[in-house]
Amino acid sequence: MGMPVSGVPTETPRSPAAQVPAGHALARIGRAIRSNHKATTGTILLVIFILIALFPGVIAHASPTQDAYPPRLGPSSAHLLGTNAYGQDLFAQVIWGTRNVLIIAFVVGLATTGLAVLIGVAAAYLGGGWDGTLSVLTDVLLVIPLFPLLIIIAAYAHGEGTLVLITAITLTSWSYTARQLRSQALTLRNRDFLEAARVRGERKLYVIVMEVIPTMTSLIVASFLTNALYAVLLSSSLQFIGLGDPNTVSWGTTLYWAQNNAALQTGEPLWAIAPGFCIALLGAAFALLNYAFDEIGNPALRPVRRSKRVRST
Amino acid sequence: MRYALRRLGFFVLTLWVALTLNFLLPRLMPGNPALAMMSKFHGELGPHELNALETLFGVNAHQSLLSQYFGYLHDVFTGNFGISLSEYPASVTSVIGSAIWWTVGLVGITTVLAFLLGTGLGIVSAWRRGGKVDSIVPPVFVITSAIPYFWVAMVLVLIFGITLHWFPSQGGYYVTTDTPGLNLTFFQDVVNHAFLPAMALLITTIGTWILTMRNTMITTLAEDYVRMARAKGLPGRRIMLDYAARNAILPNLVGFAMSLGFVVSGAILVEYVFNYPGVGYMLLQAVSGEDFPLMQALFLLITVAVLLAILAADILTALLDPRTRAAR
Repeated sequence: MGMPVSGVPTETPRSPAAQVPAGHALARIGRAIRSNHKATTGTILLVIFILIALFPGVIAHASPTQDAYPPRLGPSSAHLLGTNAYGQDLFAQVIWGTRNVLIIAFVVGLATTGLAVLIGVAAAYLGGGWDGTLSVLTDVLLVIPLFPLLIIIAAYAHGEGTLVLITAITLTSWSYTARQLRSQALTLRNRDFLEAARVRGERKLYVIVMEVIPTMTSLIVASFLTNALYAVLLSSSLQFIGLGDPNTVSWGTTLYWAQNNAALQTGEPLWAIAPGFCIALLGAAFALLNYAFDEIGNPALRPVRRSKRVRST
Repeated sequence: MRYALRRLGFFVLTLWVALTLNFLLPRLMPGNPALAMMSKFHGELGPHELNALETLFGVNAHQSLLSQYFGYLHDVFTGNFGISLSEYPASVTSVIGSAIWWTVGLVGITTVLAFLLGTGLGIVSAWRRGGKVDSIVPPVFVITSAIPYFWVAMVLVLIFGITLHWFPSQGGYYVTTDTPGLNLTFFQDVVNHAFLPAMALLITTIGTWILTMRNTMITTLAEDYVRMARAKGLPGRRIMLDYAARNAILPNLVGFAMSLGFVVSGAILVEYVFNYPGVGYMLLQAVSGEDFPLMQALFLLITVAVLLAILAADILTALLDPRTRAAR
């Protein structure tokens, strides 16, 4: 879990050899975010969620877990989203719940992508028997249905906490990214700059970390976004069906209690709708950013201005 | 031929990994979950069933891990999945048999519909690049693809089930007033109950079809043969369907073949929200009731379905795309 995630552009590489391409990519990403509407919207949403997760107490003064209020209150200025059947403040639950889901999104996103980078690039660069073994491992894991597998693991683990969720999702969901990165790295294998590094006598690890990985920055960023999105959806789903720790404060857990108490049927729709809406919004932030990166990476998909050329019919 | 054999070997390997996971997971987990399950059901089971469970999960077993493992493989290949604990004394196979058709009907039909509608919208969206459909549909479905299935299901239950009372929102049919049979009222009842779950699935899955089709078709529209067709003055509809769409549809078709394998597992959460009597709901029931034999068998069923679908997708690609045949 605590592996170094090299190559992810949040940390600028120190080495002068790698600084040039990675720096370029960062500047390009920054410019792209400002020029692309989808990217701008996604970034703003994500920043808002991060701020809420960092300072939940500033926004919600009530406690998310204390059942200190009258149950089943409607929305009011004291309780913006009302209270649930246990007399807990729903607004506080939604605000404080942001932290758990964001931690899962970022930790799983980074860990999955890091693992995938290591395995995918190592397979492509080392070749031979290594490539064969790692590729088969990747493909097998890719084919086994992820969500049912997670359900089974979580069922045996029996209501363990966030750490188990993070570990299980990370260990089972790196394969798609690893496969993508492997094929990308394969196209680089015989390029001149790698040949030059080999002639200079650099070690394999150095070449992989300093030369190969920086050229794939944009694909790695896109993979991180996809993995974070899936982490949000998968962890919330598992918590929703009661396979997380039912005592954590998180959107999925709030949904679990809402479903358990038939919130929709007993006239408390906000209990189920509000946390679900937050999951959708956070998911949309990651999805928008990801789609924007697709457009940046593949110029053919960029929206055309209608005045420019109206062809056909 | 060598390629086909290699693929076949891969499927056998994957199946073996899934079987082994099924065997190892309950034995590796801390606190031996199987033991807890057994003590829970202790009073209700006869000595014969208990014995069978002990071998299935390796509790109190005097055999070595290896002989347990071969015993397990033998059971699976002879179709012996044991007794369901929550539906005791029914066998796991018969319990699954009663649920699978609900899932195949609901999710299967919805998958076909989503594929047809989504591909159509994708074609139109790419053809009229920057037009009305194109400026609304793709961004909307980028967002819907990020919404959890179960939440869409809950919103539909709230709006159409509870507030408007247009459709029933629980179960597969009215259990109290209707008896299953081949008659029109039962059929109508089933369709009525399936409507909201189907809508939930349609809304959340259609986006992928639209985006894949649109993005591939944008690439084919830039090809020379499309320009040639335009230069020849062929009618727009013909270029759109016979030249551009026909060459762009392969990724979607392959995706469709694959998604048929996910029919069994794809609707777990939607079935859960609607209490729909299918396989996904059954899996979650098995989990919460600690019915581990049923849970293991369902996981295997889901994996096999996915493997078969990927095999079908492989064959489809080889049949439809001559380039892949030459390359191999």
